[in-house]
Amino acid sequence: MDFVNAIILLLNYIVVPALSYGSQLALGAIFVTLIYGILRFANFATGDMMSFGTMFAVLLTWYFQSLGISLGVLPTALLTIPFAIVMMILYMLTVDKFVFSYYRIKKSPPVMLAMVSIGVMFVTQAIVRIIIGPFDRRFFDGERFILKANEFKEMTGLNEGLAIKSTQVLTIIITVIVVSILFWFLNKTKTGKSMRAYSDNEDLALLSGIDPKRVVMITWMIAGILATIGGVLYGLDKSFKPFTFFNNMLPMFAAAIVGGIGNPFGAFLGGYVIAFSEIFITYAYKKFFMYVLPESMEPNSLIQLLSTDYKFAVSFSILVIVLLFRPSGIFKGKVL
Amino acid sequence: MKQYANVITAYLIMIGLIILVGVFQSWNVALAILNFCLISAVMTMGANIQWGYAGLINFGIMGFTALGGLAAVLVSVPPVREAWQVGGLSMIFCLVIIVLIVFGVRYVLKNFQKSKKRNIYIASIIVVGLIILRIVSGPAIESIEAVEPAKTGFLGGLGLPIIFSWIAGAFFAAGLAYIIGKIALGLRADYLAIATLLISEIVIAVIKHEDWLARGVKNVIGLKRPVPYEVNLQSEQWFIDLVAKWNSGALDLISTTAEKQAALAQLVIESSTVFVKLCYSGLFIIVVAILLIVTQKVLYSPWGRMMRAIRDNEEAANAMGKNVVKQHLLIFVLGSAIVGIAGAMMVTHDGLFTPGSYRPLRYTFLIWVMVIIGGSGNNFGAVLGGFAVWFLWIEAAPMALFLINFLAAGLVETNAFKLHLIESVPYFRFLMMGVGLLLIMRFRPKGILPEKIIKQ
Repeated sequence: MDFVNAIILLLNYIVVPALSYGSQLALGAIFVTLIYGILRFANFATGDMMSFGTMFAVLLTWYFQSLGISLGVLPTALLTIPFAIVMMILYMLTVDKFVFSYYRIKKSPPVMLAMVSIGVMFVTQAIVRIIIGPFDRRFFDGERFILKANEFKEMTGLNEGLAIKSTQVLTIIITVIVVSILFWFLNKTKTGKSMRAYSDNEDLALLSGIDPKRVVMITWMIAGILATIGGVLYGLDKSFKPFTFFNNMLPMFAAAIVGGIGNPFGAFLGGYVIAFSEIFITYAYKKFFMYVLPESMEPNSLIQLLSTDYKFAVSFSILVIVLLFRPSGIFKGKVL
Repeated sequence: MKQYANVITAYLIMIGLIILVGVFQSWNVALAILNFCLISAVMTMGANIQWGYAGLINFGIMGFTALGGLAAVLVSVPPVREAWQVGGLSMIFCLVIIVLIVFGVRYVLKNFQKSKKRNIYIASIIVVGLIILRIVSGPAIESIEAVEPAKTGFLGGLGLPIIFSWIAGAFFAAGLAYIIGKIALGLRADYLAIATLLISEIVIAVIKHEDWLARGVKNVIGLKRPVPYEVNLQSEQWFIDLVAKWNSGALDLISTTAEKQAALAQLVIESSTVFVKLCYSGLFIIVVAILLIVTQKVLYSPWGRMMRAIRDNEEAANAMGKNVVKQHLLIFVLGSAIVGIAGAMMVTHDGLFTPGSYRPLRYTFLIWVMVIIGGSGNNFGAVLGGFAVWFLWIEAAPMALFLINFLAAGLVETNAFKLHLIESVPYFRFLMMGVGLLLIMRFRPKGILPEKIIKQ
């Protein structure tokens, strides 16, 4: 029985949170990787673009709530995602037309584009803060838990409870759906194949008649979908705050590079690698060992490898290690 | 002289703007802006050496600034004897262990062929070392942090004058830069940017959460100053005489002695803060001037020409027998050291060290905006960028407020839209920075004062 308790403990505190956090990171990391692979620059405005899309979802959620529209047990925000995506894509295409396209046509070095993206980052951040303010916003409604810890205990008679939030399940399900559609699109459709060709070898792709404008436009559209969905899911699970979204950019970059930048599948897995290692290394295993080991060997310290304050530091250290030993990432970058 | 005409005009405009702030707002504000302009100028010079001379992107400026600040704490705060008694020995032992780990790894790296076995050796040395470190440091840290946690709870520093920390800060930052450079300089430009950004976050995380080192987020306040305190100044006779002499014209207009005394007392209090700020400005100007002269000399020396050659064509420079890797490391260390000086200067100026306030937006990206706007590769441009951007950063809010009031003058005071805009005035600075950066990059990609190659 103790062994089952230990497993439930790990499920509750490590596996479930890491799966949902990893899914949120994965969506952002694919966004980073797509932009890097096809438009060829590191987009430092990633986090702020996500907060831009999420902002519309939050505003529309409030509007829908005032109209009395809701999805019952599901959060109203899901209903607003399509509208937010449209706004996000419009914003991205506008930015691309007025800012990025100039440097792309001039064939500026990637560093230049990265600098430009910092300008976009500042502007986006200002717009978000002017419209919605810098504060923490919660826009979740509907049923909070699918499975409560107490109910689980009563159901199974175990000491440890397993709590599953509805947002965690929603995050995982939606991520799996979105990512499967994306991979199907990239691998099976003609447009997807042309995008991969463009990413692989631009000149050759142009020679074979691929329209670069169309590829760029579709890339931004996919990026808009990923950014908005990822942002809204994160916001539902935790809360919406522009500053946190800006900070989330860093683990997303880490995930994209760990998975091999330019490789969407790598970025997808990279998100989970980062999330799991962050939580694995900063979790205090005292209770786990209390269940597993005999009483005489019970630990008296927390058995925590690193304090939770170093959560971010863990993922960044992983990134540094990967960069040192396998600069192209675990899954070999640039193959899209 | 003519070739410097645009430099001189740009600087005159900048000084004029600061004087305008002094006249219309207050001299206190103007000098505060000037001081931070000077600190920003030192930071931009550091970043400019790396980016403008060598084309290295360092997005870790925040980390080096924080290390400089840490140096200010460790140099100037008097040692906490009690903490040293309870945990000092263990901490020194920890330091020895770290040194042993480093040398152990180096020994293995040198004496074994590249193989799986070697990797296992290195990993096991590090893991065993970390476990011992954990066991030794755990109780020591706990007992150090228990020493008067409200006031100290850390080891303290050396108790030296804080001015020494400017040099110590440079060495701290240089040390970190050496390690980062060894790890990350082989990476491509944009990877280097991301790697340095993330490493600087790690540095901040360590400073924030290792309370025994510098109290972490509990902050260190009341650092000693290199300049007089306002309170002491107000009771000094020579200072009161000076203020009386300076304001003799205004004071003479007041007839009664009592009123004259009151007016003088008020003036003394006001001018004491201005005087202190002026002292800081003097110190900072000396640093900026020395750095400007040195960097300018270096830029046009054979070494500077070599750096530019490496920047413009790495392969060719390599073919000419220049050691590109070594030079990149050198310039990365030098530039970071200058940023470290700026970090120490800033903490000296504020008199407090607040690790929680180090954010990438303010300490990394803003500095980059300064470098790009000012003109990369040109030291005068970098300094000007520091001045102009910091000035805008501070004055953006009042300017935005003025504009909103002007444009929305037709709306009533209680109009929700107008109120919302006025509430969000602080965020217009981000907008201004972003738009400024985008415009400069589009229409004047080399900055306000572009790089100048003097033909010799």
